[in-house]
Amino acid sequence: MTAGARRLAGDRLLQTLSILVLALSLVALMTLLYDVWSDGWQRLDWRFLTSNPSRRAAAAGIYPALVGSFYVLLVTAALSLPLGIGAAVYLEEYGGGGRWARLIEINIANLAGVPSIIYGLLGLSVFVRVFGWGPSVLAGGATLALLALPVVILSTREALRTVPMSAREGSYALGATQWQTIWHQVLPSAFPGILTGLILAMSRAIGETAPLITIGALAYIDFTPTSVMSPFTVLPIQVYNWVSRPQAAFAENAAAGIIVLLVLLLTLNSVAVVLRDRIQKARA
Amino acid sequence: MTRTTRRYVEWTIERALFACAVGSVLVTAGIIGVLLFETVAFLREVPIGSFLFGTVWTPLFSDAQFGVLPLVGGTILVSAIAMAVAVPAGLLSAIYLSEYANPRVRRVVKPVLEVLAGVPTVVYGYFALLFVTPLLQTFLPSLSSFNALSPGLVMGIMILPLVSSLSEDALHAVPNGLREGAYALGATRMQAALRVVVPAALSGISASFILAMSRAIGETMIVAIAAGQQPRLTANPLVPVETMTAYIVQISMGDTPAGSIGYRTIFAVGMLLFVMTFVLNLASDWLRRRFREVYA
Repeated sequence: MTAGARRLAGDRLLQTLSILVLALSLVALMTLLYDVWSDGWQRLDWRFLTSNPSRRAAAAGIYPALVGSFYVLLVTAALSLPLGIGAAVYLEEYGGGGRWARLIEINIANLAGVPSIIYGLLGLSVFVRVFGWGPSVLAGGATLALLALPVVILSTREALRTVPMSAREGSYALGATQWQTIWHQVLPSAFPGILTGLILAMSRAIGETAPLITIGALAYIDFTPTSVMSPFTVLPIQVYNWVSRPQAAFAENAAAGIIVLLVLLLTLNSVAVVLRDRIQKARA
Repeated sequence: MTRTTRRYVEWTIERALFACAVGSVLVTAGIIGVLLFETVAFLREVPIGSFLFGTVWTPLFSDAQFGVLPLVGGTILVSAIAMAVAVPAGLLSAIYLSEYANPRVRRVVKPVLEVLAGVPTVVYGYFALLFVTPLLQTFLPSLSSFNALSPGLVMGIMILPLVSSLSEDALHAVPNGLREGAYALGATRMQAALRVVVPAALSGISASFILAMSRAIGETMIVAIAAGQQPRLTANPLVPVETMTAYIVQISMGDTPAGSIGYRTIFAVGMLLFVMTFVLNLASDWLRRRFREVYA
């Protein structure tokens, strides 16, 4: 083989190898989805969605976990949205590179890298014990809100940055104050982008397990939460509970629970993608 | 509204928004405060030397011993396996996406990688315990049903997108002039990629590796489900181990009263976990910033 042919062979080898690696990760994803589907699809029916968990695997359902996930998500959204958007608006529109703004920025970047289970320890100590909320929907939602906060702030800032300066200047030229400009011009035109980021943050929160286990969310619950102070469980914890039992029948339940969880995530993400596309089209 | 009330409203709103932003600092302060408070209480009962360097972890036995090394060892073992998957695979994917792939391939591949990153970790745990472990057992009969190998491999798949997307960003930031220079000297795409572009992007790429390591150390559900709950100081990936995160889950699932030494152990272990990931995140951030300065 000539030197030139060898070099080209090397080039092709690297290309083949990397395509192979990418194909393998695709295969891994497909295998995971197929494995979960083939394990769990027979268990999926209306009764599974509307029944309480049970000692008998065949009669068990995910209703309390589903409702619990929904309530916790509501609390998470209600707490993380105003805080996150407020912080982002401050940093983008007011902060302007001051010393406080820089400190806050570094801090947010660091928070984004803290393992989620550490947030669980914070929630356990502060919300559950010091505030005396117990392992309630409120404590769980607040813990996840702190976890979601950096994501909400970062994505909102991203959206605010896409609003052209001229929109602000036009508003100032008409005599609007800074807040009037933000409220009537900047936020409305950044809204779809903000919403997309929020949905992605919530879709991450809905799959979180570890922090909620840490604050003491129960694994076995046969009632639905009635108020924000009720004990609760969520879908991923119910799945974890079933996975950790040795009987194969419970593994089927876990797989069926995972299918429901993935469908929820897929729905949330599709909404986000559609929104993103619509923004891009509107801009083009 | 008169001008003065208007100004007053503006001032109030700015203060309120500032308070939101400061709230994020309070979260950090809260995390550090809570961990410190409980860890200090823990260290009053257990000397720090025997916590950090002890090799037996039996906090719930009547003859309790608090040597955290088995948990740290389990964490590092699983993370190392994950890195052995994610580093080569992630770097190769990044090189392909940045140097070879045409835009259409990129548009298909990147969302797939994003999906891999978005799958809840409890799902990966299920996959590791009930699919990967039985599959591996057909080749490795001595593999026990809880082990470090299978969650390590699955965790590698989970952090692969992180490595590949951050490394790709780093490769992308290398100025085209460097590539063109290499091509002008007769280099193939492989030679340009491996000898010019990757070395030029090395600090950005290492930043992605370190960040992935930090993510692996803090990952919880995969190991809690598939690695077992037996603290054991070993390098053997075929036997059950327990990671720091899995220990916190194990205690949280049980009934350990607040204020007891068992309750405090999870904060001491959490503190150690926080410090480890924090140092890694700082290192990664420092490398990335240095890289950006070079090509600013």
